[in-house]
This record gives sequence, structure tokens and C-alpha cells, in this order.
Amino acid sequence: MKKTLLPLINLKYSTLALLYSLLVVLAVPENAYAMHIMEGYLPSTWCAIWYLLTLPFFILGLVSINKTVGLNPKMKMLIAFAGAFAFALSALKLPSVTGSCSHPTGVGLGAILFGPAVMAVLGSIVLLFQALLLAHGGITTLGANAFSMAVVGPFVAYGVYKLCRRLRTPLWLAVFSGAALGDLLTYLTTSLQLALAIPDATGGIPASFTKFAAIFAFTQIPLAVSEGLLTVLIFNLLYTYSQNELVELAIIPEHLQGEVR
Amino acid sequence: MLRNNILLLALVVALVVVPLVMVNGAEFGGADGQAEEVIAEINPDYRPWFSSIWEPPSGEIESLLFALQGALGAGFISYYLGYMKGKKNSKRDQ
Repeated sequence: MKKTLLPLINLKYSTLALLYSLLVVLAVPENAYAMHIMEGYLPSTWCAIWYLLTLPFFILGLVSINKTVGLNPKMKMLIAFAGAFAFALSALKLPSVTGSCSHPTGVGLGAILFGPAVMAVLGSIVLLFQALLLAHGGITTLGANAFSMAVVGPFVAYGVYKLCRRLRTPLWLAVFSGAALGDLLTYLTTSLQLALAIPDATGGIPASFTKFAAIFAFTQIPLAVSEGLLTVLIFNLLYTYSQNELVELAIIPEHLQGEVR
Repeated sequence: MLRNNILLLALVVALVVVPLVMVNGAEFGGADGQAEEVIAEINPDYRPWFSSIWEPPSGEIESLLFALQGALGAGFISYYLGYMKGKKNSKRDQ
């Protein structure tokens, strides 16, 4: 009998999840908003600021990719794999309990595998594709959207994952928490960016942020959970078929190699 | 592994289906479009200063491109896992 990263989730958790959804449905306002900031909806000064803030991380990412590939050319495939995961997940507009749709980011996986900087590059590529071909997000807002999805999201995912590992949680839980919180914080960052640019006339930035964030957080919570679950699923597959790479990236300690848990 | 992954998938499917069933009658529109309304409410004078260089001419074309994006991602994921699995099996068979 093979065991994997995930202990069997029993009925209790499923029931809890259902109850949670019920509560959220009852508690939320009618409309909800998420996803990237649309083209032209961020004043030009802010567009420039976010571009400038994203740039160093993007450069760091290029250096990091070069270093990883330099150490082991075989890693190229796995880096592309992490990019493909973000690509696939970003294309899934999932319905949320708030009655609107948003999509997961898929950047948690790559951040956990290679460190967060790599995803600044891969995430930006995904966002560029969507801005150019799908009119989703935008070129002017690319810097801001990259900062939330390709910088903040991956850094949070990586940080949470590392923290969980230090606390000796099971690997699956560390992966799940990292990916889910990275997703959630991406969209909280988006709300903050909008609030900074378009403050409320009376309440200023805090009031505006509350408006965006209250809505954002609700829409994104179930999607963040979905993203966490999907990342654990992919991680299971990597754990089974790509063990050498995971050992090399110090995800699995050397002495456990060969014994699929 | 397989059993756990099937379970994970089932949970994701449940997370997708539950909103569809429970919030019956909701629009399920793109959330970013609705964000414009909030901006209009907070600052009625705000005018977008740039619009997309190219937009998919119809909903069909847009869904084509989204499907393409998903397919490209899923395609490479499957290729990688299949390649790795094959490598692992051939090692075992030697």
C-alpha cells in the first residue's frame, strides 16, 4: 500500500468545506470583482511606478533562471513545466460563491520549486500573453499586474512554504498553504493598487481599499483553495515521476530518495 | 497517489459546482468588468486613458484563445509527466 503526501481527507473536511460555502453565500454582497486591473484603469503615474517596482524582480528572475539552468541544464524542462502550470491555471475562469468569476494564478508551484524570483519572469510572460491576445489585463497595467501576480504572489507562496517546513508540517500542507495564500495575497495586492490610485473622496485610501478588498477576498477565497489543491495534485505527480529533480532542488531530503512515500 | 489525486480533483470540482448551484441566477460575469463599476462609484470623473490595442472580435474568438492558452499549458504538463514516467519505467526495466 503506497502512501503519498496527502493523508486521506475524510468526510469531516468535506462537510466543513460545504458549510463554509454556505456561510460565504449568506454573508457576501451581490456583486464581486477580481482578476487583473484593466487597460487604462490605472493613472499613468501609477503604471510607471509599478513597472519600476517590478523591474528589479524581473531582472533577478532572469539571473535566477540562468543560474538554475547553468547548474543543471535538465532543469530547463521543469522551469517550463512551472510556466505551463501558470499558463493553464490562468486560463481557467472559475465561478466563485459571490456569483462572479476569477481565475487562479498558478505561480505558487514554480515559487516553491525554484524560489520566488523565477516566477517574476514566467508570470510576466503569462500576463503579457493575456494582455495582448485576450484584452485581459493590459499593457499599461502590466507592471502593476505583474507586481501582484508575479512578485507578491510568488514571494508569499515561497515564504509561507518555507515557514511551514520550518514548523515541520507535512509537505502537502506546506505546498497547499503556500499556493493558496500566494493566490489570495495576489488579489489583495490588486485591491491595494486600485485603492492607492483611486482613493475614496471622503474616506481616502483606507475606505477605497476596504471596498475593493472586502469584495476581492470573498471572491478569491474558494479559488485560492482550489489553487492550493491543484498545486498539491501536481506536486504529487512530480513527487512520483520527477524525484531526482526535487531532491536536487532540496525539496525532498536526500535520504528519502527512492522510497515513494 | 492516484486515489489521493482523484480525491483532490473531486474537491476542486465540488468547489466549482457549489457556487453554480447555490448562487443560482447570478451572472457569473468576468469580475474585472464589474470592477469598473466600483471605480465609477468611487470616482465618477475617472476616464480610462488607454484601451486595449487588440480585442478578440467576438466571444467565440476569445474562448478560442482561452482554450488555446489552457491547451498549451496542459499539453506541456502532460508531455513532461509522460516523458518522466517513461524514463522511470525504462530504468526499472533494465
